[in-house]
Amino acid sequence: MITCLPPLDKAQVATQIKYLLDQSLIPAIEYARKPPRDHYWNMWKLPLFDTQAVADVQAEIGACTTAHPDCFVKLIGYARHRQTRTMSLPVHQS
Amino acid sequence: MLDNYGRPLLGGTIKPKIGLSARDYGRSVYELLRGGLDFTKDDENVNSQPVSRWRDRFLFTMEAVQKAENETGERKGHYLNVTAGSMEDVYRRAEFAKELGAPIIMSDFFTMGFTAHTSLSRWCRDNGVLLHCHRAMHAVVHRQRNHGIHWRVLAKWLRMAGGDQLHNGTVVGKLAGDRAATMAINDLLREDFIAADKRRGIYFDQAWASMPAVFPVASGGIHVWHMPELLDIFGIDSVLQFGGGTQGHPGGNRAGATAVRVALEAAVQARSEGRNMITGAPEILATAARQSPELREALELWKETKSDFDGVDRLDPPGARS
Repeated sequence: MITCLPPLDKAQVATQIKYLLDQSLIPAIEYARKPPRDHYWNMWKLPLFDTQAVADVQAEIGACTTAHPDCFVKLIGYARHRQTRTMSLPVHQS
Repeated sequence: MLDNYGRPLLGGTIKPKIGLSARDYGRSVYELLRGGLDFTKDDENVNSQPVSRWRDRFLFTMEAVQKAENETGERKGHYLNVTAGSMEDVYRRAEFAKELGAPIIMSDFFTMGFTAHTSLSRWCRDNGVLLHCHRAMHAVVHRQRNHGIHWRVLAKWLRMAGGDQLHNGTVVGKLAGDRAATMAINDLLREDFIAADKRRGIYFDQAWASMPAVFPVASGGIHVWHMPELLDIFGIDSVLQFGGGTQGHPGGNRAGATAVRVALEAAVQARSEGRNMITGAPEILATAARQSPELREALELWKETKSDFDGVDRLDPPGARS
């Protein structure tokens, strides 16, 4: 159980990505076949440090989901000054 | 430790607080965690009563926690109250909780006393166990109008003594406090520097020199309708605790827990969409309820429940007194 809400549609995910970027958070994508009991999911490539465009993040989510259709995929918003993630959003559920 | 980011944590105090057998108590814990809460909690006066001795309660609740963890894949916990008559008993209970794999225990820090609580908080740091702090008895000292110690001061003391979560006012609901003062105390618990602001009850600049922060806990008389506003007030680094607000659900504990979890996630989503958390609350909740029969039922039940009275904890700056 990652979330109790129904899956977000494309437009809803886009709105969330926009908020993430507006907050100066760094987007990152993680995936796992079964959510692990420790802290570490698999990282999809590296965090998108320099991205400012919603479409870029969407494209990476799409690529990750295509490569791992049987996995849970989540979008992370990393706050660099606090050194922690302040957003965590399921974007694909197998 | 919980691998849970981007939203407040959800808790619930087991009700009735006194009277359930250890086995039934564990059932209640399991249902709530399984439904979607992150934590459940012993209430402040649950220590070791004849109907449910501490060792039995610890065993049954930890079974419930582990079962819920296995079934949901999420990390869960129950605040096992280790408050006892002597420090030796406190340590005995804390050791047993750790032995059972409990990620978190709790203390009635003000009842236990300054020194005893600090010893327990040191023990928790050394043993990798989180510490939840209940402020039982603070009102005796704090709500005295002619003398006493303000809650703000007790909260600051708790941060120095050590703890991970501390009950603060809710701003809404039955234990509502003065909004500005409550927010100022949240800052005192979480921020590294708080500037003087007399209107909020902060009389001098307070620097914390990187001292670990404490999560404020909003608890008491809150229910699903309050959710968006609570998120707006407390932010994501907090614990929102719904006791009666989950267990009063007509569908039972599990349905009640699912209802608050759905309400919370919907509120977080709506916040990112830039929606207004106060005027937009009814619509946010109504939209989420379309997909969740549990939330629909909860909204129906609690729609008439209001606590419209002046808060009991009011800021009383010098000169404002009549």
